[in-house]
Amino acid sequence: MYKSVVLVKQVPDTANITGNVMQEDGTVNRAKLPAILNHEDRVAMEIALRVRDQYGGTVTAITMGPPRASDILRECLYMGADHACLVTDRKFAGADTLATSYVLSEAIKKIGDYDFIFAGRQAIDGDTAQVGPQTAEKLHVPQITYLEEIVSVSGKSVVAKRKIEGGYEVVRCSLPVLVTVIKDAAEPRPFKAKRVMAFKGARSLLEIEKLVDGNPLLSVEALVHEYESRSLLIETLTMDDLHLDPARCGVHGSPTKVYKVESVVLSSGDHEHIEPTRAGISRLVDKLFEDHILG
Amino acid sequence: MTSLPNESRQSPGNEVWVFIEQRNSKAADVGFELLSKGHKLARAMGGPLKSIVIGSGMTELANETFQYGADESIVVDHEALKYYRTIPYGRILTELVRQHSPRIVLFGATTVGRDLAPRVASATKSGMTADCTDLQISDITYLRRDYKRILLQIRPAFGGNIIATIITPDNPIQMATVREGVMEMHKIDGHVHGKITRVPYQRDELDDLVTIIEQHREESKVNLKGASIIVSGGYGLGTKENFRLIHELAHVIGGEVAGSRAAVDAGFVPPERQVGQTGVTVRPKLYIAVGISGAIQHRAGMQESNKIIAINTDPDAPIFSISHYGIVGDAMEVIPRLVEAYKFKLK
Repeated sequence: MYKSVVLVKQVPDTANITGNVMQEDGTVNRAKLPAILNHEDRVAMEIALRVRDQYGGTVTAITMGPPRASDILRECLYMGADHACLVTDRKFAGADTLATSYVLSEAIKKIGDYDFIFAGRQAIDGDTAQVGPQTAEKLHVPQITYLEEIVSVSGKSVVAKRKIEGGYEVVRCSLPVLVTVIKDAAEPRPFKAKRVMAFKGARSLLEIEKLVDGNPLLSVEALVHEYESRSLLIETLTMDDLHLDPARCGVHGSPTKVYKVESVVLSSGDHEHIEPTRAGISRLVDKLFEDHILG
Repeated sequence: MTSLPNESRQSPGNEVWVFIEQRNSKAADVGFELLSKGHKLARAMGGPLKSIVIGSGMTELANETFQYGADESIVVDHEALKYYRTIPYGRILTELVRQHSPRIVLFGATTVGRDLAPRVASATKSGMTADCTDLQISDITYLRRDYKRILLQIRPAFGGNIIATIITPDNPIQMATVREGVMEMHKIDGHVHGKITRVPYQRDELDDLVTIIEQHREESKVNLKGASIIVSGGYGLGTKENFRLIHELAHVIGGEVAGSRAAVDAGFVPPERQVGQTGVTVRPKLYIAVGISGAIQHRAGMQESNKIIAINTDPDAPIFSISHYGIVGDAMEVIPRLVEAYKFKLK
């Protein structure tokens, strides 16, 4: 029986930036981008579920993010997660990887024992690949990054294959361990219709509070109790719940700052137009030969 | 809250460090590339440039780092350190950073550097920026305060729609990773000397939490960095089948095949052939970009090519803005014509 925690992140779908997302001043309107579950985190979920399916145990998905990040936790429940936990607080906003890993590591401690922490190698909005190793360091556990495959798990150790430049290495590591997975490690399973039906009503505390807001017939406490009894409560942790040091959270806990952002505005350069015809292309090839670029 | 008045802050160090990654006791190129860049940064900082060498049998390698500008090499040499492992390397580097408080520590953005750097940054509460495409030292004003000699860490962000300059203004230590090939390597002419400082390895019981059972590495047969002609395909080609045209053109004109990240993600071309910020940076004599729109991350990896030909159906594709020759047309028609014209010319 192994307990796994999976770190997941809601990210803007940067691969599908369309016209109305770019604003007139050339900056990105983040609110207009669809928010998705970071793909490599989905792969991490799959690996965690496979460990559970093969060796038994539980899988808990955790995300730090704004209230709407519950959407991706529901997706994790549809995939097969046993529990989901939203770590959210306005004071977490503006966190760089150092502040994020601090909050996540404290949330993981709060949740309790674990054998594995899985995460995607990196998230597509920043591509930093830093939060995994930084969380491992704060929890004082070893890490296996760039995981390709869990070879075997037995007792308190795991044998795993990780990608390195030009090949791979196989390592043995004692548990608990933090593992970051690459895209090719597994094909994430599709949602089961039964699980979607069962968990589409799962709600975080914030969502329950919103439901109750202004309705005198409802009470948060009673609803939380009801959702919990039906296993539909997404655990919600804030800065107070975690007794965090505010100086290490959000903007205040982030040593890196964005000094300048330049939108990429391209003028059409003064390149030479080549007609896509036989004649046009022949002239280009002639020119490249003359300039000793070809030949 | 975190910022204290300028005067009362402990004055930060001025040393620039480069972690030298070694594989089988040979330095990875990226270490020398970063030393060449670090040399300029250290001059601007008015501090020394130091190479950090961890491994087994490292004296020769440490001496080599002086040829790329290191003034000093800090060497931790022990059999137990022959292969990179996160915990001992991380622990050693963390201790060194705590002791000497360098201002800047640079790492290659390899599977080693990206495993090690964030771990050390976390332990030392340092600022950390990944995959920088440029590094500069500059005096700046940030939030109405003046800062001297700040490291500007420049990188595309947000899917390449913006270029962000990241700074670490109020923290004494900043770390950054840079991909192999992004910085140019310059060997210093003539006889160069530097000082080797040896630091003994002290085993820690946690060092062996991870053991390497097997390591398999093949020298990459792909040499994009050294290629003088590169034919690169993008997502615009649509299918792996169509991507065969890229191979054909490359084969005929004697070039290497490459691709954009989108083409790699779509499975058209293997990851080791990816050009761009998160791939390889190239400077060939000729770069032919086919069906590549030209996102900033891609351009970051090829815009210093001597001649660039862009082929794209979209006349507004950003790739045209940095190309020398632009062909607006369907690759399926244009490439066979290129092949034909080239073969005809050779006759």
